[in-house]
Amino acid sequence: MSEEVKTVKVTIDNITIDVPQGTSILNAARMIGGDVTPPAMCYYSKLKGSGGKCRTCLVEVSKGSEADPRPMPKLVASCRTGVMDGMEVKNITSPRVTDARNGVVEFLLLNHPLDCPVCDQAGECHLQDLGYMHGKEATRYEFKRRTFDKHELGPYIQLHMTRCILCYRCVYVADQLTDSRVHGVLSRGDHSEIATYIEKSLDNNFIGNVIDVCPVGALTDKTFRFKNRVWFTKPQNAHRDCSCCSGKVTIWQRGEEVLRVTARKDQWGEVEEWICNECRFEKKSASDWVIEGPTHVSRHSVISQGHYENMKKPKEIFSAVHDGRSPKLLMDIHSVSEVNDPSVDLSKINGSASSDTFKLSRKKQ
Amino acid sequence: MGLLTNRAKVLEQKPLTFMESLYLPAILKGMAITFSHMFKKKPTISYPEEQRPFSPVFRGLHVLNRDEYGRENCTACGLCAVACPAEAITMEAAERKESEKHLYREEKYAAKYEINMLRCIFCGLCEEACPKDAIYMSETFAPSNFTRKGFIYSKDELLIPNPVDEKEKYEIAKGKREVQLKNK
Repeated sequence: MSEEVKTVKVTIDNITIDVPQGTSILNAARMIGGDVTPPAMCYYSKLKGSGGKCRTCLVEVSKGSEADPRPMPKLVASCRTGVMDGMEVKNITSPRVTDARNGVVEFLLLNHPLDCPVCDQAGECHLQDLGYMHGKEATRYEFKRRTFDKHELGPYIQLHMTRCILCYRCVYVADQLTDSRVHGVLSRGDHSEIATYIEKSLDNNFIGNVIDVCPVGALTDKTFRFKNRVWFTKPQNAHRDCSCCSGKVTIWQRGEEVLRVTARKDQWGEVEEWICNECRFEKKSASDWVIEGPTHVSRHSVISQGHYENMKKPKEIFSAVHDGRSPKLLMDIHSVSEVNDPSVDLSKINGSASSDTFKLSRKKQ
Repeated sequence: MGLLTNRAKVLEQKPLTFMESLYLPAILKGMAITFSHMFKKKPTISYPEEQRPFSPVFRGLHVLNRDEYGRENCTACGLCAVACPAEAITMEAAERKESEKHLYREEKYAAKYEINMLRCIFCGLCEEACPKDAIYMSETFAPSNFTRKGFIYSKDELLIPNPVDEKEKYEIAKGKREVQLKNK
């Protein structure tokens, strides 16, 4: 019963492509890929109804369609606008778009606390990338940034409402992945906030995915909280037999410790397959996982600074030429350094490390 | 065998002239040069009694900064470590407790912070990368040591004296640079 899908021609930044009818401009641009793709903070292809909120994907439509060639008067959100036959779209070639995006970034950052040095999302934060690519160096905002009362979102998820840009992705995850939504957006305008209704903890088995869909550091993993910076951990593709999800994940390691488990993400930073809370929060040792190899990390990401991918270690020849004798160690770094103490396994600590964690390790010495 | 490079020169070896074979004039000439240096200005100083002023851009031993209330500035963001070309800096972060608010400026802090001075090349990139005003390079150099262990500097060595609790130490550590600049 396969029907012939009608394709339409669309030109984005002078690149023409045939796409099925009903595709949004953003998805058409993603099919072309590269610099032509508008950034998206709220649109998520795996979540129905997402998009249209952040306005970062604004594009200029310089020709509506073959039938009606008039340009659209205003910039349109490319995630919510469908393509028409013969449509011509300008993204990076339009100065109006670059200028508008500049303004959008400034608006998104108005109330953002810019606490990147503390935030666990730093290094894989979409708002950081967006600000770096499209933003200005300084803000013109002079007033106090909004603050919120603290909300507890259960034992695994940390909510920093000040960092939230209200993209609603997490609300859609709770809506579409779980049976009963217990969190949503309260209040309006500047006061709107993500919150569980009357401090209910989210105990659904798939609720951990809100961490992955959050484009900023508003929802972060409590089990990874402050343990390491993402660019110092080694991402590896791994899988396990899981009764409720696919079990295909990325584990973030320091040495043998598994500091964090996340879902695998595609080139647009979107989750490939949702994973369950058990995989995400409870399987924190290397023996739980079958490791497939280093995850591909874009060369432009700070995470690639470790050069784990395609790394060829030189062959150790010392013992071969010295009749099997290994080299004499001049100094064992652990005898002097307190950092990365082998007696402290950060992955076994629930929540963030504190002064008590390290006091214990000093006593042992 | 031919020459290896075209820059090699063939040494001429002529027999010595009569004056050269006496040696004495050449010796006297040398002694005169040596003697004349006694009346010239000395290019050296007698360290450590005398010390040369450091250049204002001198990059010496690192210090970890505190704010005026004595709280540590460092939040263990890891930017110095990722900027470090010699990979000399390592750290581990911890979360501040409610009772430790007077010790650390932000909710995350560096529980451990180490710089391996054997690896450090004193390039100053850590200082440039720091978003929190936390690491600076001072006008001292790393003292020599007999063991490798002595070159791994932890927070005990790197932190500046607390301006609230240890006022005297803090004043000494601050040095005289600020006074000099003001007088100018």
